[in-house]
Amino acid sequence: MWGILGRRAVVNGGISASSLRSRVRSSSVSARSYAAAGSKEMTVRDALNSAIDEEMSADPKVFVMGEEVGQYQGAYKITKGLLEKYGPERVYDTPITEAGFTGIGVGAAYAGLKPVVEFMTFNFSMQAIDHIINSAAKSNYMSAGQINVPIVFRGPNGAAAGVGAQHSQCYAAWYASVPGLKVLAPYSAEDARGLLKAAIRDPDPVVFLENELLYGESFPISEEALDSSFCLPIGKAKIEREGKDVTITTFSKMVGFALKAAEKLAEEGISAEVINLRSIRPLDRATINASVRKTSRLVTVEEGFPQHGVCAEICASVVEESFSYLDAPVERIAGADVPMPYAANLERLALPQVEDIVRAAKRACFRSK
Amino acid sequence: MALSRLSLRSNRFLRPSTTAAALPSSIRRHVSTDTTPITIETAVPFESHLCDAPSRSVETSSAEILSFFRDMARMRRMEIAADSLYKSKLIRGFCHLYDGQEALAVGMEAAITRKDAIITSYRDHCTFLGRGGELVDAFSELMGRKRGCSNGKGGSMHFYKKDACFYGGHGIVGAQIPLGCGLAFAQKYSKEEFVTFTLYGDGAANQGQLFEALNIAALWDLPAILVCENNHYGMGTATWRSAKSPAYFKRGDYVPGLKVDGMDALAVKQACKFAKEHALKNGPIVLEMDTYRYHGHSMSDPGSTYRTRDEVSGVRQVRDPIERVRKLLLSHDIATEKELKDMEKEVRKEVDDAVAQAKESPVPEPSELFTNMYVKDCGVESFGADRKELKVTLT
Repeated sequence: MWGILGRRAVVNGGISASSLRSRVRSSSVSARSYAAAGSKEMTVRDALNSAIDEEMSADPKVFVMGEEVGQYQGAYKITKGLLEKYGPERVYDTPITEAGFTGIGVGAAYAGLKPVVEFMTFNFSMQAIDHIINSAAKSNYMSAGQINVPIVFRGPNGAAAGVGAQHSQCYAAWYASVPGLKVLAPYSAEDARGLLKAAIRDPDPVVFLENELLYGESFPISEEALDSSFCLPIGKAKIEREGKDVTITTFSKMVGFALKAAEKLAEEGISAEVINLRSIRPLDRATINASVRKTSRLVTVEEGFPQHGVCAEICASVVEESFSYLDAPVERIAGADVPMPYAANLERLALPQVEDIVRAAKRACFRSK
Repeated sequence: MALSRLSLRSNRFLRPSTTAAALPSSIRRHVSTDTTPITIETAVPFESHLCDAPSRSVETSSAEILSFFRDMARMRRMEIAADSLYKSKLIRGFCHLYDGQEALAVGMEAAITRKDAIITSYRDHCTFLGRGGELVDAFSELMGRKRGCSNGKGGSMHFYKKDACFYGGHGIVGAQIPLGCGLAFAQKYSKEEFVTFTLYGDGAANQGQLFEALNIAALWDLPAILVCENNHYGMGTATWRSAKSPAYFKRGDYVPGLKVDGMDALAVKQACKFAKEHALKNGPIVLEMDTYRYHGHSMSDPGSTYRTRDEVSGVRQVRDPIERVRKLLLSHDIATEKELKDMEKEVRKEVDDAVAQAKESPVPEPSELFTNMYVKDCGVESFGADRKELKVTLT
């Protein structure tokens, strides 16, 4: 497992410190209450781009493949500049044929290359899911360790804004149920950098679930996180906000909602601890349970469908391991149990909102409205 | 029909077999219902694969050509209005526009019935209109209103009109192809003498599922017509970068194919008529429609990073489907310039009225969140985001 490595001089192997820093703005006044004045900020988009850039620079076996990743600069501009920098032998524009190019990517990984395969959204990964599961996830096991698959499948996951039923599904629960896969979900720019770099370096297949609506969001970023050696451990959650009355677990865009909910709850005297899962598989059951044993109450949040979801697994874990610590039933806030409607008012009802998280936390604390 | 340049030089080739041009102006007033047969020659010959191409002489009538003009003008205005509405944020999410490709929608409808089935991709607004869909239903759907053809729940990519055998409106590239072959399967199974047109783009043409479905369609002689709308770009990727062989009409290999000037409504009509006859007798056939989209892939794509503005304006000047029909109408004295301009004004008003009406339509009721999950709900429970706050038993 990669720990957060100590600071080192940045190696000038391709991405220069100055070009990375040019993507980072200094903020004199940050919108976030916990960022110190004068700290640097970075968008999630730039964080992902810089992570791929640095890993490509460090390891010639790393290459990028997907629709519009090269000449178009990436459908969401995550791979911007990479074709110009590394050339067509490291950045491949594919036809619109997920089953084919994903299989090709997995085959390349069998032979020791390190593909970073982009799905324009994870909805399209369903065309290739056989290769992700049967060809990638299970190979190391079936071959008794002979064939490992150092591949990363990345792209936007979950709902965007008004993209309808076939373009809004969250695949975290599906992929995280498969032994042999690692499944990561960044929230902040630091998560994006550290987790993607870890994923690319990892010798196992990693499903990397980004979020389209987070791409443009800026987050403060530390000097440490800007270092090209920066890596976050896979399988460790992060406590974004400490609290003592109720634990809220979630991942990706919902972390932002949970933090807003925590602020609202604080106004009413409820101290919420917000856990950013970062890693859906392996799931950091230890951190979650330690938190619940501290607070005795759990609200678990996700954007995807509720039945058999990530929240259901967390609930099961807590009931199994920390039952006697619970003072209230576990609360689940998830996407509505319906295909995503297009109309704006229905879409809003189909997705968790901050007030849903606040309401559930209050219920767990036996507070009525 | 001959290109505009030819018509300027000589009217000889464009004389219809009747002498409509010599008719006095008083008779021209009734031209919109004049179904006297006219024969027009297509400008571009058909290219064929494993079959004999149909004749370039297309049987039509004044009424039909006028209807092409009006219908395409309506489709064009609808898409331009949608562009505006998207920029005003009244349309959200994805919006894939069809302007430039209208000839395909109208030409196909002229060759078939409303019991032949059509299924297409997400670039479906004009196909919906062609199947008899109403403008106000289209705009309402785009703006997420109750009056929408999918009650506001589908959005731009998911228009349907089952009563006209239009099966959508699909967001996943290529998925509609096996689905279309399935519709054809059902038609054959029920011994109906109808066919299915499955529309897909040059991007989708490389999908494995196309070849799987086509193989089965050929084995089982399904009345499936695969129509490749080759607008030369799959999002930002030109055909030469995505297909080893961009001769899409030949990609069916053992399945016959025809390449068609997709900007010529009459050529499209001829090809679809030919294809329907073929499919009913001999099973699947591939039609490649050479067409062009003026807009980018979607409203999020400017469409100018992978093609030059000169290319786009060049096509508009030389191949625009509406302009070609206008020139045909003028050169055959079927209508005057003023009559056509008036028709365009009427269409514009039609579209503006429909937009205004759609804007008045309310958003769907919150209870619509849970409707149409199943046909037979059998007491299934469904939940809102907060399952303790919003729980519904589907009935």
